[in-house]
Amino acid sequence: MTQTQSDPYAQSSETTSGKVFTVTGQDWDTVASAVADEGEERIVVNMGPQHPSTHGVLRLILELDGETVTEARCGIGYLHTGIEKNMEFRSWTQGVTFCTRMDYLSPFYNEATYVLGVERLLDIEDDIPEKAQVMRVLLMELNRISSHLVAIATGGMEIGALTVMTVGFRERELVLDLFELITGLRMNHAFIRPGGVSQDLPPGALDEIRDFIALMKKRLPEYAALCNENPIFKARLQGVGHLDLAGCMALGITGPVLRSTGYPWDLRKSQPYSGYEDYDFDVPTWDTADSYGRFRIRLEEMHQSLKIVEQCADRLAGLEGAPVMVADKKIAWPSQLAIGADGMGNSLDHIRHIMGESMEALIHHFKLVTEGFRVPPGQAYVPVESPRGELGAHVVSDGGTRPFRAHFRDPSFTNLQATSVMSEGGMVADVIVAVASLDPVMGGVDR
Amino acid sequence: MTPKEPGEFDEVTPGTEDDVTDLMPENVLPVEPGALEPEVVDVRRGMFGVHGSGDTSGYGGIVRPVVMPSGTPKPYGGWFDEVAAAFESALTTAGITSAIEKVVVHRGEITFFIRRGDLLQVAKTLRDDPALRFEFCSGVSGVHYPGDKDRELHAVYHLLSMTHNRRIRLEVTCPDSDPHIPSVVSVYPTNDWHERETYDFFGIIFDGHPALTRIEMPDDWPGHPQRKDYPLGGIPVEYKGATIPPPDTRRSYT
Repeated sequence: MTQTQSDPYAQSSETTSGKVFTVTGQDWDTVASAVADEGEERIVVNMGPQHPSTHGVLRLILELDGETVTEARCGIGYLHTGIEKNMEFRSWTQGVTFCTRMDYLSPFYNEATYVLGVERLLDIEDDIPEKAQVMRVLLMELNRISSHLVAIATGGMEIGALTVMTVGFRERELVLDLFELITGLRMNHAFIRPGGVSQDLPPGALDEIRDFIALMKKRLPEYAALCNENPIFKARLQGVGHLDLAGCMALGITGPVLRSTGYPWDLRKSQPYSGYEDYDFDVPTWDTADSYGRFRIRLEEMHQSLKIVEQCADRLAGLEGAPVMVADKKIAWPSQLAIGADGMGNSLDHIRHIMGESMEALIHHFKLVTEGFRVPPGQAYVPVESPRGELGAHVVSDGGTRPFRAHFRDPSFTNLQATSVMSEGGMVADVIVAVASLDPVMGGVDR
Repeated sequence: MTPKEPGEFDEVTPGTEDDVTDLMPENVLPVEPGALEPEVVDVRRGMFGVHGSGDTSGYGGIVRPVVMPSGTPKPYGGWFDEVAAAFESALTTAGITSAIEKVVVHRGEITFFIRRGDLLQVAKTLRDDPALRFEFCSGVSGVHYPGDKDRELHAVYHLLSMTHNRRIRLEVTCPDSDPHIPSVVSVYPTNDWHERETYDFFGIIFDGHPALTRIEMPDDWPGHPQRKDYPLGGIPVEYKGATIPPPDTRRSYT
């Protein structure tokens, strides 16, 4: 391969100093010798936005002195899709459909924080039926497991541990199957709605959940057996991406990164929502403040989540047939879905009810589906503990049928700011490990 | 002490500063009366978003003000009073007594409206005072109220005290014509990216930010997309012969 002379994104005339190289693969010798000719050790490497180790479209701008990183900066925005702006043009219920797509590894948390904010503004927080609360917790904790599995899987892959990746995605698939069974979709569920959840549990779901719990109890220890004492794994992770408590506080870092400093801060315990105070679980911490500690915390959190899922399944067994939507007919989405001869649609019972039995029900259905409901003016912020930390939606209403403003404080966005402090002064190979230990999801960062 | 003769009293004109009765503790107003007025941020006209559509239903004539929750008089209830008292005394110690414009308690959340010039000092006080200890900032969120005259742009900060397990909200306003708010990055470094984002989307200039550049939009993007006067964009879509207009020009309920 010959060295490419022109870079479509950085014409040599646009740089203030130095020579621009475009690395296209299999051209290491050419680039290395050309750099040596320049007679300078300092190189600025533009890593990403299309790079398999950057968790999506993250761009890292690294200034290297040999193999030591002297400066690291993040370039983000490549996945910005204007979700917050779009939500201002849809009804409050439709907003769920948008925000579920932000952090695509933890969709239920996006939905939950937004919905909790809307419910606070509607002043119906105390009216949400128990079954809806339990189902929300069930889905969120299953989601924590699937999200942590991806974090561990991709983190492993990036340091060359391919088995960790394959087993991680294998188990995640099982969680996604449960999601598909319960919500109808593997991701982008739009299942948690203002007032409750969109549908009841399908028949047979509890058995599937119990099978999953039994299987995971066997599979989760396999990760520990494979990784915990693995010398290569430990050599790559221990002492890498160090960030202490003071650093976390200053940079607003939450989630496993904060807990790896030994501080057991978890919103599920400190400011419970959706009835988390009724579940028995622990908040795992580690005291090394490094990537290895974060890995161990994620592993332990999956055990704790499984414990909560088990408690949810037990409670749901006693809640068969209970409502999953608030009783207020002016807020509750009126219909339940059912499978008919021509596919999925409104249940025949509901059609019969609104067309033949109740004029009032027909009016409510029509008004809610076309106009939606009005939310009293004001603002609310109800954060939840997502797998990555504090995820909060700042929801503002002007009394209309659509959000006046919905802003999401996404933990990936905030945590990514720690990239510089975690990787400067370290080796370039450790940047990957440090970023992976933050577990940023670019869909959430850029929204 | 002998009682004064009628002629010995100082001459007092009611309503002036000399009127000592106005200054007696029971006559001092707890808050400025203006702070308790409901805040009208806009006026909503008609029932549907699109005007001039020949709507003959009569709903087109509806005029309703958009009223945000008004200021709350003391006591605020629960731990809010504790925080408010500690906050006020800390501000007095710091010598900025007029920092709080008004306090709104709504749906179990407390919002302090802060005069923008005092924001940095206020943030420092909230972080460092042992009785307050709001050591964690969840970032800043912008809101654009085009109808709120001379207070069009709001910057909203959510602060968390992990020590006391409390959450408060700060709100700072600035007019469209002078979109400047002091940066709090020196107090809460986490706000670096958050302020860049709010600048990017709303055009609020955070004075004192180390490098206020766009973060989500491309560097050469014109305008600030989350402002209400910035269109959503989109193209009409044809489906089975019918044309569906883009979301922001569809008929909608307001």
